[in-house]
Amino acid sequence: MSKELLEIKNLKTSFRIKDDYYAAVDDVSLTLNKNEVLGIVGESGSGKSALAFSVMGLHTRAKIEGNINFKDENIANISPAKLNKLRGEDMAMIFQDPLTALNPLMPVGEQIAEAILLHKKDMSAKQRREKVVDLLNKVGIPRPEHTYDQFPHELSGGMRQRIIIATAIANQPELLIADEPTTALDVTIQAQILDLIRDLKEDMNAGIILITHDLGVVAEMADRVAVMYAGQIVEIADVETLFDNPKHPYTRSLLNSMPSEDESQDKLHVIQGIVPSLQNLPRKGCRFSARIPWIDESAHEENPELHEVAPGHFVRCTCHNHFYFPDESKEEQVNGVS
Amino acid sequence: MWKFIVRRLFITLPQVLLLSVLIFLMAQMMPGDALSGLIDPNIDPAAIEKQRETLGLNNPWYIQYTDWITGALQGDLGQSFRYKMPVTELVEQRLINTFWLSVATLIITYIIAIPLGITSGRYNDSWADQLITGYTYIGFATPLFIFALVMLWVFGYQLGWFPTSGSVAPGLTPGSFDYVLSKIQHLLLPAISMALITTVNTVQYLRSEIIDTKQKDFIITARAKGASESRVYNRHILRNSLLPIAAFFGFEITGLIGGTVFVENIFGYPGMGDLFIQSILLRDYSVVTTVVLLFGIASILGALISDIILSLVDPRIRIK
Repeated sequence: MSKELLEIKNLKTSFRIKDDYYAAVDDVSLTLNKNEVLGIVGESGSGKSALAFSVMGLHTRAKIEGNINFKDENIANISPAKLNKLRGEDMAMIFQDPLTALNPLMPVGEQIAEAILLHKKDMSAKQRREKVVDLLNKVGIPRPEHTYDQFPHELSGGMRQRIIIATAIANQPELLIADEPTTALDVTIQAQILDLIRDLKEDMNAGIILITHDLGVVAEMADRVAVMYAGQIVEIADVETLFDNPKHPYTRSLLNSMPSEDESQDKLHVIQGIVPSLQNLPRKGCRFSARIPWIDESAHEENPELHEVAPGHFVRCTCHNHFYFPDESKEEQVNGVS
Repeated sequence: MWKFIVRRLFITLPQVLLLSVLIFLMAQMMPGDALSGLIDPNIDPAAIEKQRETLGLNNPWYIQYTDWITGALQGDLGQSFRYKMPVTELVEQRLINTFWLSVATLIITYIIAIPLGITSGRYNDSWADQLITGYTYIGFATPLFIFALVMLWVFGYQLGWFPTSGSVAPGLTPGSFDYVLSKIQHLLLPAISMALITTVNTVQYLRSEIIDTKQKDFIITARAKGASESRVYNRHILRNSLLPIAAFFGFEITGLIGGTVFVENIFGYPGMGDLFIQSILLRDYSVVTTVVLLFGIASILGALISDIILSLVDPRIRIK
């Protein structure tokens, strides 16, 4: 078996709007090694979740092209039966909103037990319950025996997220996808949940894909980072390189728009414009060009590709060589517009 | 949970009390009384007045109400002047008839609604869904009294599959097997007619609930656990979608009351709805009051049953 746990090759996930297909994930290739945390960052609508859902096979009405090699087997477009064997067992997912991701009519313990029941059919009900109580303990639920029979509405957001994490790790998956696991939680709980994921990572020996738009979370958790914009990966590098030496204008803009206390900034940097919608996405040229209009057209490639600028550091398009932030007066104009 | 049910029962009592007061006051407002229309006009008005006094008809309303409600609680709901018999006796058999008609209608309603709703919701926008939705639109648009007439004409008169009136064939011993069979045969056509029309609400409701639940996040969670499509539907979607249907059950009972009024008249089925119309037409007030009171109590009970069912199936409502 190769070193890579997951290898995505030229993945294209398209959704049908009226009569045409529009790619939300457009030609994405990346790899994830065992025991590695890969962060995927980008604005809302950049295709992060669509990518995660493609790997898990959770899209019901999407066209998926390309390869998703998981443990040396292409799992793109495999049969539901085969997929159901993998899901919950070898790969699992932590969801964004713990308030809606649990069935309101089922005791939370049963919901975790379901994940075990579906994959370990020979386990008795009693063993299953013990295992669930174990898991609840592991994710830091104070009274596991009691919580087992509670319903989601009786638990706080942080507790529910722990339940979801317990469900995801129930069968010790090799691949764990965390789709914005802390977005819906308040800051103190966020830190606890991140600590928990980090602790679990240590003893699970799994590859983790961490999807987030919070660069702070990425800096803390990830080994490598992929930056996505409009369905494409625009930059991918290990975490130190990305934060110390960001190349792509989008990455630099993202980092620049993070609030920091040491610089006496009056205003936060705002990236002009919005991520274009699926139907209005320019399919040719540099997709970010519309949001950095002060950069000359000639700086962009006609068909931007990923270039390896340093070992393991890839950047799409050549425009990063010519990129600069507009000066103060220009920026004010920009802010005025957006 | 028992706490919840007991509390809910306590709310029901004042509801029934209020209902009885309202019905009594409305009956009082109706023109005339037992001594205005039926009496020989040659009798001395003073004697009539004296009779009124002794019967308590000149008392203030609350005393009359107390008299009435005390009687009602003891099973004395007055006399029907048309049938010349106590209302209680008159109502009893008809209440049983209507009860069985309603039960049959409810059963048929759900037998139709649940499979159709599930098919329509699960495979929404397929041809099957379009067919079912088409049927519900026709059902919404068809008045029950016209549909019932057509059913009666086709299956009762033309095809002769079902009897066209009454609740049982004459000359059968009550309690015998033939008697029960004849009862069922008599209530089947009215029940089917009513169910085919009233079920469309439930079909539509179930359909939209399933489509709604299908897109919930916890369904994705279930899929991510590796649950098969059938498990996702049976364990997660269906239960969550049937919940509002259970809540709807009480309203279904209220709807049935309206339905029986039409259907019993058209099919000549001797039940409460039939009695209701007849006694209104004949100004048989003591009967009208009783029937309205019973209809009202049925509605209140319907709401009570809904709440209890809901508390049994939805953990979020249970009060600890």
